[in-house]
Amino acid sequence: MPDSLTLNKITAQRGMSISEATRRVADLGWTPSYVQEAMTFPTDYKIKKTPRDPMKQVLRSYFPMQEEKDNRVYGALDAALRGDMFRNVQPRWVEWMKLFLAIIPFPEISAARSMAMVGRLAPGEELRTGFAMQMVDEFRHSTIQMNLKKWYMENYIDPAGFDITEAAFGKCYASTIGRQFAEGFVTGDAITAANVYLTVVAETAFTNTLFVAMPSEAARNGDYALPTVFLSVQSDESRHVGNGHSLLMSLINDPDNHLLLERDLKYAFWQNHAIVDAAIGTFVEYGTTDRDKNKESYAELWHRWIYEDYYRTYMLPLEKYGIKIHHDDVAAAWDRIVKSNYVHLTAQFFSVGWPVNFWRIEAQTEKDFEWFEHKYPGWYAQFGNYWKWYEKLSHKGETNVLFNADTGYVYPHRCWSCMVPCLIRADFTYDTVEGKVYTYCSEQCRWTHKVAFAAEYEGRATPAMGRFSGRREWEECYHGWDLADAITDLGFVRPDGKTLVPQPHLHFDDSKMWTLDDVRGHTLGSPLTNFRALTPEQREAAAIEYRKGFTINPIH
Amino acid sequence: MSATQQPPEQKSGAAGSAQFSGSDSRKFNYFEPKGRKASHYEDMTVDVQPDPKRYLLQDWIISFADGTPTYDESWTKAQSSNWHQFRAVDQEWERTHYQRQSTIVGMITNVIENGRRAGAPKRFDKAWVKVLSDHLGAYKHAEFGLGTATMQAQRYGYTQMINNAILTNSSYKLRFSQDVTLYLGEIALDIEGIDLDAGKTHWLEDPIWQGTRHAIEAIMGASDFLEQYFATNIVFEPLVGELFRSGFIMQMAASQNDFMTPSVVSAAEGDYERNLANAVELFSMLALDQKFGEQNRKLFVSWMDKHGALAVQAAHQMQPIWSLPRVKVAQFADALELAKNRVRAIAAEIGFDARSTLDH
Repeated sequence: MPDSLTLNKITAQRGMSISEATRRVADLGWTPSYVQEAMTFPTDYKIKKTPRDPMKQVLRSYFPMQEEKDNRVYGALDAALRGDMFRNVQPRWVEWMKLFLAIIPFPEISAARSMAMVGRLAPGEELRTGFAMQMVDEFRHSTIQMNLKKWYMENYIDPAGFDITEAAFGKCYASTIGRQFAEGFVTGDAITAANVYLTVVAETAFTNTLFVAMPSEAARNGDYALPTVFLSVQSDESRHVGNGHSLLMSLINDPDNHLLLERDLKYAFWQNHAIVDAAIGTFVEYGTTDRDKNKESYAELWHRWIYEDYYRTYMLPLEKYGIKIHHDDVAAAWDRIVKSNYVHLTAQFFSVGWPVNFWRIEAQTEKDFEWFEHKYPGWYAQFGNYWKWYEKLSHKGETNVLFNADTGYVYPHRCWSCMVPCLIRADFTYDTVEGKVYTYCSEQCRWTHKVAFAAEYEGRATPAMGRFSGRREWEECYHGWDLADAITDLGFVRPDGKTLVPQPHLHFDDSKMWTLDDVRGHTLGSPLTNFRALTPEQREAAAIEYRKGFTINPIH
Repeated sequence: MSATQQPPEQKSGAAGSAQFSGSDSRKFNYFEPKGRKASHYEDMTVDVQPDPKRYLLQDWIISFADGTPTYDESWTKAQSSNWHQFRAVDQEWERTHYQRQSTIVGMITNVIENGRRAGAPKRFDKAWVKVLSDHLGAYKHAEFGLGTATMQAQRYGYTQMINNAILTNSSYKLRFSQDVTLYLGEIALDIEGIDLDAGKTHWLEDPIWQGTRHAIEAIMGASDFLEQYFATNIVFEPLVGELFRSGFIMQMAASQNDFMTPSVVSAAEGDYERNLANAVELFSMLALDQKFGEQNRKLFVSWMDKHGALAVQAAHQMQPIWSLPRVKVAQFADALELAKNRVRAIAAEIGFDARSTLDH
């Protein structure tokens, strides 16, 4: 065979160029003349300019590419089992996946649904193909993550918590934060939800911490299934980032949209920070057993992915279009992480509430203390005693930390906006909206509820904007309930009818595992219900007291 | 600082390495499987979209400006005693969806590459080439319209199972509209004189296609997502889609020296069988609902009347196409009667009466 002869040369034939193919595909749409499409998901934005599809991909190439990605994922899962991955996996890590994987499939599929909302809004058809691929991508992400969760359930030492996953998602006081994330993608103004909140901020910025930083930590804990699945998921995100940016560019050239864009970028950035950093920061910093001082902390990862990569190279350039960027919010989010211990306070809150979780949280140990102090100077002084208390009270029969007055911990108010509790006490605020008092973790979250999610914004009518609704304070659902009854109602009890699904340790031994009897006799309460019952003067006095914070008592 | 905790003795994180309460609970236990055991599809799908009537303790936490929650049962006129009962017959989740779509893409790619390599397009009958460019070229827009209508509809369903079935329906329709677009573009590289813009012109202007465009726009414009799903699979597909794909293209092509086009178009028939099975399952569940069955059946008749009238009109307006090929091996009247019989069988399967539309 001549050296120059290859199979490609034998089989090659002239085909359509990619640009011609995408141009033909984009020409499939038309402007209806017999029946107009109903604008069922309204927006207050005006979209005059036709967005372009930067990816120029057609479904013919998309499906085989995705199948190949899938083959790699499922092959790796098989290999992980053959390599006995679970023998060496760190249970501390996998336990947090019970929470993470309970949350994430719903935001993913919500993103698929949101493609319906933008797909019809954008003029022209070019980007519709991009939206269609994103819709199928999100279907992929939701079900591939359910598959991973099932795989953990089948192969990890303690399947309890995985086995009730979607029921737990609907009921848990932590997963409710993730639902705020997901419902934000699909409810209210279609552009606010599906373009700015979802693609421009969540996918462009925060999927880097979700789907890149977190898998790295998984690998350090002997779990190489999560990186396999989530880095494959992340490989689809570049398409979504492209979709979001393209639609943003078609909005941004109309000055009439600038006011709303500024509102939505502020709301979306702050709420993504509040939700994603609380959850992922906790998983990365507290779910790990790897305390290599040379690895990046979550704060360092945040600076790389959110500050350098997103803020400096994506957000700042929007200023040249005349958009006001909220630099102060970016700085405030950074300060919350590095100065106000936002992630550490969240981990503390999750652990305080362990009896109403559906996963195990073990105490941090001296090895952890060393690392935290190295990465976050001053950490030990604020949190060392707390984790020692947590360990002491993790033994079956102790009064659990939630109700043990000796610790000095004060249960926090819940933020009505981001749903994370008001953990940075000094920033606590409250306000009245439509005659009712609400509590917030920060001024930005107060603004989100009262100013952004309203029928008018800075004198401009915003009839399409959504509203906060439902029983947003989880604690109100069980106000006045005995803790044991609440856990039973939540369904967080193991098949023997008495042992709790959550445990404050990693002992896989019935004799050490807490039961309903160990938590009975304590009454849950709603901070907001109690706060509302106060007179205005009492309320202000309570707020001043709350902002002073608390000190964990020494442990002897 | 001092160490305060002894690490647990447990050495392995693998299933079975310790026995304790819940250590053998290795199945999702929060829903009733349709069969004796949950299928993998059910495990991937059921309850991912939550419901205040099941586990959503705090209710939906964001609403639209008028108070409508994130998902609402009133988004369709159809009613159900239990929306969660529905399971897609094709049991698709992401892996099976990509496997099937990719297999179809591979099949079509091979047909086109091998056909072109063998010089097949050059041997197509000339009159047939014009039929392809003008009328298959027009029809691809109908498929795209169904793809965008179902893409819209997948936002509204009350359960994950319903929305995912509509989502995969959309994915299949959009893929096929692109399949035809790219197929015509590729055979145009081998056949001189094909006008690739002719299809859209016929779609927008040719009286033959105006009934079809009207029917498609009525589906795209419907604000009830189940009406869109019904009109797509129970009305348009059998009365117009299959009529054109099977009753015309696939029967006529071989006699015009064309073995390629039927292979490309056959994929849509396979897709439809699955979409139809899912749709029949859902609509028969609603028709048999003990509380709402009767009103649902009346609703389906009204949807059939509305969209069926447009589809029958569309079918009749397409009749001249059957006269265009040089070799005529199929009759419009036969194809239409088959299409109507198909709808009668589908309606009987679901449990409603389609006579008022079909026998008109």
